[in-house]
Amino acid sequence: MSNRLISWFKYASPQSFYPLAGRMIPWFWALAAVFGAVGLWISFFVAPTDFQQGEGYRIIFIHVPAAWLSMFLYLIMATWAGLGLALNTRLSGMMAQAIAPTGALMAFLSLWTGALWGKPMWGAWWVWDARLTSALILFFLYIGFIALQAAIDDARRADKAGAILVLVGVVNVPIIYFSVKWWNTLHQGSTINLAKAPSMATTMLWGMLLMALAFWMYSIAVALTRVRAIILEREAHTEWVKALDEVKT
Amino acid sequence: MNWGSPAEFFAMGGYALYVWGSFGVCAVLMIMEPILVGKRQSSILRILRRERQAEILENP
Repeated sequence: MSNRLISWFKYASPQSFYPLAGRMIPWFWALAAVFGAVGLWISFFVAPTDFQQGEGYRIIFIHVPAAWLSMFLYLIMATWAGLGLALNTRLSGMMAQAIAPTGALMAFLSLWTGALWGKPMWGAWWVWDARLTSALILFFLYIGFIALQAAIDDARRADKAGAILVLVGVVNVPIIYFSVKWWNTLHQGSTINLAKAPSMATTMLWGMLLMALAFWMYSIAVALTRVRAIILEREAHTEWVKALDEVKT
Repeated sequence: MNWGSPAEFFAMGGYALYVWGSFGVCAVLMIMEPILVGKRQSSILRILRRERQAEILENP
């Protein structure tokens, strides 16, 4: 077995991941602040007024990052859940549990900002269109996962039940992503597409990408902080937790 | 620069309710979440410290 593989597994144990996460958190906060500051500045002061939607389009700078993150965090959560089922590692379930509330927040923000954008542009806060409905289902999947985990007392069993729910729900992510292509939706098609050049002004694109990076760094920072709390809660009676400096003082 | 005056900036070309309603709620939630997570961390640490104190008192 190579050294690399050994060190990888080393950080898969809560005991060694706890201090590592603690060291990484300030960096992710710093990156989130920098990307967020530049992103907001571009969003409001550099990006031009849209010729069709006026200033109302500026909601895009949080709507798209929140929507991306809600899907992306779900995939990361499903990956951890799958690893937990396959390898039976303790940290995996804790990571999935730590990501879920932040994912739910992003899903909520995408729906909320979407409603506030839909009202002035479409004339409706909500329509039962494929994109909106599948995004709402994603929000319910997060809530369902959180509720299911909270309802089972035994943490390891909660992880397993939650993992199955999350893995079944993965089918919804491509449905959200391709919904604007598969069905005739009121929601506009994707602005950014891997296959062709983005159909928006360069400064708008940069603002959106920087805001997405800021949301991404924020999510990592919050999820790592939460996983540290979860590690302490679950490993409360182990010797290594009792030996921690922050517990001894 | 898109804005002639601060008032123009806050008016958002007539979309103030929608733009500030989006950014405002987003800001509030993204400030609240880290605070709540921080409280969760400090509450479990408080419990662990108390348990340690109790153990020391019981087995001097």
